[in-house]
Amino acid sequence: MQNDIPKGANYPPGTPTQADIDAEIADIAQNRPTSADPNWGAHRTLIDYPPYRSSILRHPSADLELVDPETIELHSPAFGHRDVHWTEYDLTQMVNGEPQGERIVVTGRLLDTDGRPVRNQLIEIWQANAGGRYRQKKERHPAPLDPNFNGVGRTLTDDEGRYTFVTIKPGPYPWPNHQNAWRPAHIHFSVFGSKFTERMVTQMYFPGDPLMPLDPIFQSITSERGQKSLIADYDHDVSVPDWALGYRWDIVLNGSNRTWFASIDGPEEEE
Amino acid sequence: MAEKLFPTADQTVGPYYAIGMEYEGMEELVPHGSAGSIVLSGYVYDGKGNPVPDAVVEIWQTAPDGSIPAESGNIRRKAGVFSGFGRSGSDDEGRYQFTTVLPAPTEPGKPAFFSVIVFARGLLARLHTRIYVPGPDLDADPLLARLSPERRATLVATEVPGGLRHDIHLQGEKETVFLAFN
Repeated sequence: MQNDIPKGANYPPGTPTQADIDAEIADIAQNRPTSADPNWGAHRTLIDYPPYRSSILRHPSADLELVDPETIELHSPAFGHRDVHWTEYDLTQMVNGEPQGERIVVTGRLLDTDGRPVRNQLIEIWQANAGGRYRQKKERHPAPLDPNFNGVGRTLTDDEGRYTFVTIKPGPYPWPNHQNAWRPAHIHFSVFGSKFTERMVTQMYFPGDPLMPLDPIFQSITSERGQKSLIADYDHDVSVPDWALGYRWDIVLNGSNRTWFASIDGPEEEE
Repeated sequence: MAEKLFPTADQTVGPYYAIGMEYEGMEELVPHGSAGSIVLSGYVYDGKGNPVPDAVVEIWQTAPDGSIPAESGNIRRKAGVFSGFGRSGSDDEGRYQFTTVLPAPTEPGKPAFFSVIVFARGLLARLHTRIYVPGPDLDADPLLARLSPERRATLVATEVPGGLRHDIHLQGEKETVFLAFN
């Protein structure tokens, strides 16, 4: 049958294919166990991860220097209700009308590795719209912008460390890492802990996304357990009748590398 | 020993961090030009010495009396209140800049430094580092004391008119010392 589906981009010579990237991902997973990396640990994101081409020149080659945190590093900046307006948790109500897409609730707790809630701390999120388009000038994906969606949210955790956002499910989007490269749907999270050593930025993914195995950013975590830490659970108890589907995702902050080796890597070996 | 929770893994801020992380006044911990203010600025470079135009540098610091800021106001600044946190996205030349005050040591005899975290497109996980204020107490610092002169130099700012200059090299010969914590 005849059709008008575009045949795809004209890639510069030498642009790797998905098969090339898949082979690199598989090779690293098999031959470079992350536990061999003394600073980053068995479950840590690899910062030296060539399948993600932009990482090649943007990671330190030397080992991290292991230090005792100083006093300032054991505290964290404070954010309050003056900094974050209470309505900023709802990304569907930031403009005049409601955005296109599948309305979702994303909720969870912000905890430290001892299970203590991180209270009254800032969480910032940003994401693409339902069509996979970010609201930014540099973005080139020819998916439509949504005039009713900025894709930005903020909230403060409550006394139990809980947070909640209302948003729409972001779409996957193409990117120039390799031929036919697509990022799985994700929401960027920027979080503060009770210590500055715990400060982190990460991405939350959705369960069952077929693009995760193909994505060199997601695959830069080579352990299954580490990868799972970034995938939200669909939680029917969070879904709201006649209104939205619910996802649950807890964020566990770690300010100390030593913790993993002593208490986390150990027990897992026995599983 | 109670079992620890499994920590959530890091991911890059990606190319569009500005959508979610930029806010007005994020680089000004104190108003530009106010009494006692300094400019802390520098460039972020990659392993080939090219500027990194899509990095985020954050600082967290003590007040000039060495106290640790406990007041909110880090997004919507409060006049006359120093809340200690700033964020700067690097520009097309890789340059970041803060207007702030000099930090002071939390304990006597220790050197003053800015606690720093760096994120960037292409950088898959956070990088912690420090920017030390030049001064006589640097030798007392256990981290600086154990580094080679070349490595140590990557952590100490340079005094320039109006403030401090400090470049961050993510990789390469002048690679900045980055930290993991006990």
